[in-house]
Amino acid sequence: MVDTALIDWSRAQFALTAGYHWIFVPLTLGLAVIMAVMETIYVVKGDDFWKSTAKFWMKLFAINFAVGIATGIILEFQFGTNWSNYSWFVGDIFGAPLAIEGILAFFMEATFFAVMFFGWDKFSKRVHLLATWMTGIGASISAIWILIANGWMQHPVGMEFNPDTVRDEMVDFWALVTNPVAISKFFHSVFSGWMTGAIFVIGISAWYLLKGREKRFALASIKVAAIVGIVGTMSVMLSGDSHGVHAAKYQPMKLAAAEGLENGGTRAPFSIVPGVEVPGVLSILATHDIDGYVPGINNILEGYTTPDGQTYLSAEEKIERGRAALEAFKGYRETMKTDPQAAAEYRKALDANVEYFGYGYIESPEELVPPVWLVYWAFRVMVGLGGFLLLLMLVVLWAEWKKRLINMRWLLWVALFSIPLVYLAGQAGWIVAEVGRQPWAIQNLLPVKAALSSVNVGAVQTTFFLFVAVFTLFLVIELRILFKAIKQGPGIEK
Amino acid sequence: MITYEFLQQYWWFLVSLLAGLLVFLLFVQGANSMIFTVAQNEDERQLMVNSTGRKWELTFTTLVTFGGAFFASFPLFYSTSFGGAYWVWMLILITFVFQAVSYEFQNKVGNVLGKNAFRVFLVINGLLGPLLIGTAVGTFFTGSQFIVDKGAVSDTLMPVISRWCSDWRGLEAVANIFNVSFGLMVMFLSITLGLLYMINNIANQNLHIRLARYLRSMFASFLVLFIFVVYKLLTMYGFAVDADGYIFIEGYKYLHNFLDMPIVLALFLVGALLVVTGVVLSLVIPFYKRGIWFAGPGTVSVVVSIFLVAGYNNTAYYPSVTDLQSSLTIANNSSSEFTLKTMAVVSLIIPLVVAYIAYFWRKMDKKSLTTEELNNSEKY
Repeated sequence: MVDTALIDWSRAQFALTAGYHWIFVPLTLGLAVIMAVMETIYVVKGDDFWKSTAKFWMKLFAINFAVGIATGIILEFQFGTNWSNYSWFVGDIFGAPLAIEGILAFFMEATFFAVMFFGWDKFSKRVHLLATWMTGIGASISAIWILIANGWMQHPVGMEFNPDTVRDEMVDFWALVTNPVAISKFFHSVFSGWMTGAIFVIGISAWYLLKGREKRFALASIKVAAIVGIVGTMSVMLSGDSHGVHAAKYQPMKLAAAEGLENGGTRAPFSIVPGVEVPGVLSILATHDIDGYVPGINNILEGYTTPDGQTYLSAEEKIERGRAALEAFKGYRETMKTDPQAAAEYRKALDANVEYFGYGYIESPEELVPPVWLVYWAFRVMVGLGGFLLLLMLVVLWAEWKKRLINMRWLLWVALFSIPLVYLAGQAGWIVAEVGRQPWAIQNLLPVKAALSSVNVGAVQTTFFLFVAVFTLFLVIELRILFKAIKQGPGIEK
Repeated sequence: MITYEFLQQYWWFLVSLLAGLLVFLLFVQGANSMIFTVAQNEDERQLMVNSTGRKWELTFTTLVTFGGAFFASFPLFYSTSFGGAYWVWMLILITFVFQAVSYEFQNKVGNVLGKNAFRVFLVINGLLGPLLIGTAVGTFFTGSQFIVDKGAVSDTLMPVISRWCSDWRGLEAVANIFNVSFGLMVMFLSITLGLLYMINNIANQNLHIRLARYLRSMFASFLVLFIFVVYKLLTMYGFAVDADGYIFIEGYKYLHNFLDMPIVLALFLVGALLVVTGVVLSLVIPFYKRGIWFAGPGTVSVVVSIFLVAGYNNTAYYPSVTDLQSSLTIANNSSSEFTLKTMAVVSLIIPLVVAYIAYFWRKMDKKSLTTEELNNSEKY
């Protein structure tokens, strides 16, 4: 029997790595745009002030970039080391985006990062500017492919199960690339990176203003960052809206958990916090219709019929059909070489139930409910902080425009202390996305317990604690180096 | 006609090419392993770290892309080897993870561990990275202990397809002299390439003299191991596969592969000759700097030929010594025809990627690195 401790430790290890990775990546995505805009102003205006400003943020970018790379390679390896069944079962589809990411994005980042950082005196202004933009574009292209892969895990499309090779096989690459979940996930994640970069720059610049240092640098940085951040946040909200609609369509359990919605229906309420609800708003968010039907956790487990007459099976029925699919698959494997007629019958039975194949591994309906409290609160943290940070950036930009920012010390303090909040919002977002999908590694196809490697739980525990130590060490070092570099400052105003 | 078989062969060639490029780019690791050996003062150590520091991401990216390409084209290898030889891959991973942060952190104020600690990480990665990767590749010829049972998916209690049969989780590979020699050979090759790279990339006469001196002993060590490994490879039993996919042991299999595939043999011989030429010219001609331009392509050529010998000509490239029929061949564990075809279209962009890398690399390296340049520009 699959060791539940192995499942938990493997999940913990992946969550740990992904969580740490997402500390460093959003700053890379956001800061890349901000410093590229600054360098563009330098090239257009020819003012060395903007070169120095861009160079300072590049210095912080480089410190952060390295740790993002280090944590990223661990994620790639872990698909094989800890999730070997997953690697085979969906490798035909999942491996392609990873390989394309390497070919298209990583080489671009690696090459142009070196040019951007060391090439100031070796290339013309324009070529250097190109390199800076290409570093950021490379990071975003990388995000496209990994989020296509992740989007596919949320809403698997463009594939068929092949019982001969025992895996899902890609049949439509275009469907994979244009998967609506992947597209909204890409915009949501990349623009949340812009938010992170913006809040990081605004917060640090606010610190300089509080200290009465580097005023021109700080105000100029705030202006660029706030504009990038506001554009980013607006886009995060728009893509978040699509996310809600997609979750309602393809992952209703995730949406129900995020809302703590036990029993759904039409005019479903949106929960602000437990006990405080706004009637009908969830229906609007999920279906863009106040009369739209949103199923709750119990409806999904027990089966339900929407007002337009569409019927959805109960969890028990899905599990039953999943087991029938697994039985048919077993029969097919046993007879495929010896009895073609029997194999054809099994194949027919398999095809009839293959949609529920993954449910065959589920032991009881309760397993299909993700940890509701975690998803519920993570969603509130994400949305609440997102709204607060947008407001903050609007107020900061307004205050700067009115030339009042330097005197609004309370606002500068709020900006400074908002830096950890933007990271908290990002982490919460991924908790909603990934914990909300549980128990599935791939929605409805493969539960995490069937995706594992056959590894000793002790080995996974050992590597888990090793990674905890290594990542924490890296984070502490990075923060210390960043603090020292920030304290030292850009040195523009002597 | 683009058949499934052609696509499988094409992707094995691309994986081999990436392996060749990766081993060439391991010059970064090889050079780093000599930071405390060759350099005699801080200026020289700075030159060495900054010289490889402008290339390390290419090596790292090639490693990641090699893994990604293997995952995309031969996912059962990824699943079986990574999930099975757990400790070997984790060790490789950890050494590269430490390397990734060491450049950026080593010279920064507030780095907690001090400059030398990060340089020690570079040395550890420089030695262990190539050694472990080489040892792991050695098992492509000697085999590993695993079982593949795709029918296990229907077992709801334990649906794992690939199972490793040694509790040592891949570390058992070091018990085989061929694997260890293979690993050491790759390590000394990477050091040789690293020395040649620094001779080319750093303008410092004193350092050049010492680099050339170390080149002699490192290349000699590599050569001894290379001759031993090639001798063993040509005389060992190999893992062959017949037209029905049945896997069996064949004497002198890899020698037969070379003889059956004259182009691959030519790649091997020309590559080896180029490596030797690059080193000999660097040793014989005073202050000769272009040795890496012979040895680099030579390395790519030799490694590609070795990978082709491992996988082409009806050979199991990842043999199982526990259950011969579980062995992986490029036919029995590749991705589907559709995926390979799609990926083949994407692969057409590779020449463009190589072209822009070569263009910017050439521009960046137009002038060899000097202490003056480091003092007047950004540096690690």
